[in-house]
Amino acid sequence: MNAAGWETVIGLETHVQLLTRSKMFCGCSSAFGAPPNTNVCPVCLGLPGALPIVNGRAIRLAVRAALALGCRVHARSIFARKNYFYPDLPKGYQISQYEEPLATEGGLEFTSAERGAVRATIARLHVEEDAGKSLHDRVPRATAVDLNRSGVPLAEIVTGPDFRSPQEARAYLLALKEVLQYAEVSDCDMEKGSLRVDANVSVRRAGETALGTKTEVKNINSFAFVEKALTLERERQISVLESGGTIVQQTMLFDARANTVRPQRTKEESKDYRYFPEPDLPPLEVPETWLGEERTAIPELPAAKRERLATRYGIPAQDAGVLVQTPAVADYFEAVVAAGVEAKPAANWIMGEVLADAKQHDGALRVPPPALAQLIALVKGGTVSTQAGKRVFEVLAERGGEPRAVAESLGLVQVADAGALTSWVDQALASHPSEMDRYRAGETKLLAFFVGQVMKLSKGKADPKLVPEVLKQRLGG
Amino acid sequence: MSEGALLDRLAQAGPLHALLTPLDEVRSGVAAQATRPPAQGVLAGVPLVVKDNICTLEYTTSCGSRILEGYRSPFDATAIVRLKAAGAVIAGKSNCDEFAMGSSTEHSAYGRTNHPLDPARVPGGSSGGSAALVAARAVPAALGSETGGSVRQPAAFCGVVGIKPTYGRVSRYGLVAFGSSLDQIGVFGDTVTQAGRVLSVISGRDPFDSTCADRDPVVPPERPRDLKDVVIGIPGEYFPADLDRGVRRACERAMERLRALGATLRDVSLPHTKYAIPTYYIIAPAEASSNLARYDGVRYGPRFGDPVDVRALYRNTRGQGFGPEVRRRVLVGTYVLSSGYYEAYYGRAQRMRGLIAQDFDRVFGDGIDLLFTPATPTPAFRAGENMADPVAMYLADIFTVTANLAGLPAMTIPIGRVQGLPIGGQLIAPAFEEARMLGTALALEAVVTGTEEA
Repeated sequence: MNAAGWETVIGLETHVQLLTRSKMFCGCSSAFGAPPNTNVCPVCLGLPGALPIVNGRAIRLAVRAALALGCRVHARSIFARKNYFYPDLPKGYQISQYEEPLATEGGLEFTSAERGAVRATIARLHVEEDAGKSLHDRVPRATAVDLNRSGVPLAEIVTGPDFRSPQEARAYLLALKEVLQYAEVSDCDMEKGSLRVDANVSVRRAGETALGTKTEVKNINSFAFVEKALTLERERQISVLESGGTIVQQTMLFDARANTVRPQRTKEESKDYRYFPEPDLPPLEVPETWLGEERTAIPELPAAKRERLATRYGIPAQDAGVLVQTPAVADYFEAVVAAGVEAKPAANWIMGEVLADAKQHDGALRVPPPALAQLIALVKGGTVSTQAGKRVFEVLAERGGEPRAVAESLGLVQVADAGALTSWVDQALASHPSEMDRYRAGETKLLAFFVGQVMKLSKGKADPKLVPEVLKQRLGG
Repeated sequence: MSEGALLDRLAQAGPLHALLTPLDEVRSGVAAQATRPPAQGVLAGVPLVVKDNICTLEYTTSCGSRILEGYRSPFDATAIVRLKAAGAVIAGKSNCDEFAMGSSTEHSAYGRTNHPLDPARVPGGSSGGSAALVAARAVPAALGSETGGSVRQPAAFCGVVGIKPTYGRVSRYGLVAFGSSLDQIGVFGDTVTQAGRVLSVISGRDPFDSTCADRDPVVPPERPRDLKDVVIGIPGEYFPADLDRGVRRACERAMERLRALGATLRDVSLPHTKYAIPTYYIIAPAEASSNLARYDGVRYGPRFGDPVDVRALYRNTRGQGFGPEVRRRVLVGTYVLSSGYYEAYYGRAQRMRGLIAQDFDRVFGDGIDLLFTPATPTPAFRAGENMADPVAMYLADIFTVTANLAGLPAMTIPIGRVQGLPIGGQLIAPAFEEARMLGTALALEAVVTGTEEA
């Protein structure tokens, strides 16, 4: 598909689950993964006569998110009912906010491959409750409903039509996720559904200023699919327009397995939500004290941290970007440096071994910063080779211990002793007489071959910086 | 009252068809409550019946509807918790118009309730079963609920005391919602004192209802209020030229007696009164259309038909589970909230509601202590008389809806009879002035007899 001559315009509506223990309007646990329909009560089941009570903790977290995103938090906002029928919506309406949301007019900077640093506008942030879950594949010819998620608190964060490519949309989402994780507002785990995103997508001829007809893309349930889904929809729209068609304003569902976007059946769609102010809840008043308290609860945010790490430690901006992906990693980096190693090798080790190990172990940073600092020093001082150092790291991660002792117990301390080196070198040469002759005949690139042989014979203990010198001596003799 | 005496009285009232709970279930329900520690409270041993739209652990809570047939609530409404704590005994559920939508109790899926004095007439509604049982002396007090007059109107028709508290005075937790911004649990009593006592027990702040006011319970006065120098407003809009002559005579006699007690009666005007019924019939159905969305056959209540898919499930259950009046209001409510119509209907109705409330604020701010009006435009009407004409039925609430729209406390007390049918006089007080209203009602009660012909 040729996208040349077309501009893509994307806006995102992101729902994040707020990190509360209990639900938005009742005391039920909001934990993920409990047996179906066990975290429920009259309120979140929508039983006759039950009434909602606002969870102050959820409001505080939403206020914190709004402040972290530079929004104006309104002292007074209004809950509204969004009415639609669906079996996993127990009351037949969702308590949300509509005309007067909790917060408006924020922004979030992200890095665009094409445009550099771009600030996406946050049009609004409001609080609402989640619906339950319909499971269409549990029971043959029937739908099972799990209402554990019913009433779980969400913040909905809506951007302006500010993204010009699927890549930008993804970059914004990652930036948003970073901020919300930093502020401990949400764990933003797309796989668990604690971050969900719908996208409004339209295209227009380059240079046009009016927006094209948009469609809403739903069911994007992993970060990996964001670009994919949006690219598919962009290409579909361009193709429709280029063949003389028009875009129908509708909801498109992304199907990851079929790798397509398809229109949602109109039957599934509710066009008129009949919003009106929720009469069961008075206007939401945010006390002035909460603003101050939540503002102080926001830690150094990723953008500021990235800049500080880059300038203070002299590491490349790209490295700083990787290190601030979670506050724990950034803190870890600073602790390793504080233990007395140079910043760049510390960053390299963390971006390599440490994050690879963490990825396999649920994000756990298993080697304590002082131990990593010692290991880096051993490698730098030549006591262990880089290769051997990685092996030591694995053992430290699995069993703990003191790096030098671990290296010694594994026999990985490098040998710089001339006698031992000479004996490995002589063995290597003796085993390969023809290569020795070719080297002496001028084929000097065989030096590397002999270095390899020596390292092999020494089981990696020979100091790789000394081996070539000894080899040259013997070969030249 | 002993359990045996209670059951005898309820059995005697059986022909009224006012109680939905079968007597054997009342017997076991009362016995289940008796296992609690001996009651010490102000209502120790007092039996009450409860309107079928208030959640109770004992008995079903079906809201007079097929769609909740057999539904058992897993919790007691806050008002019920408090009644039980005060020693009261919940003696069954009373008939009502389906989901409290109606003014005659004819819209119950379980059949109509008879007027206690004339079986050809209606007891009023929607809380007609509670009113009839108190009027028949089967119980001394009962709970009802109001959205537009559903306690005061049947109380007036049946000749008992009926109180609608200030919006927020009594927790709505466990009251099945109809029009949430208007709904309040109300009280029927055979006397002002009895009704006031029940109100004091059920009122007061409740953490389970965010719209419940952060206030202490009502403290009911023990003695009639001295009406000397009290200024009672008489709003002209409540005495239209076509007011039933009997109702007018009874009201004029009550007003004379108030004057005789030293009160000053002053004519006042509440100019937006004429918009109250249309305003109410936009706001209440709008909220109802949303509140009744949960009755979809998915989680509880019967499912009707053999649905092939979820839409058929909704259509069958809601189409067959709701009666015609409920369906009418759900349709109206859905319409007035629809995109494109919202502002023209719901938005304007909300602004009109504000103007109606301002009318009251103005007179109460202008030296008026409380208002006296007729409770209903006519005495109890004949069964079937208004069933074919919904608007005529709606007009039965013309003098009561204003207090719901303005959130004010109001009550009716019997002020006499016309051709054997009771007439109610209404007092409307400023917000949270229930004590003032009750004291005035005690004074009036002492000088009028509900049974005397006017």
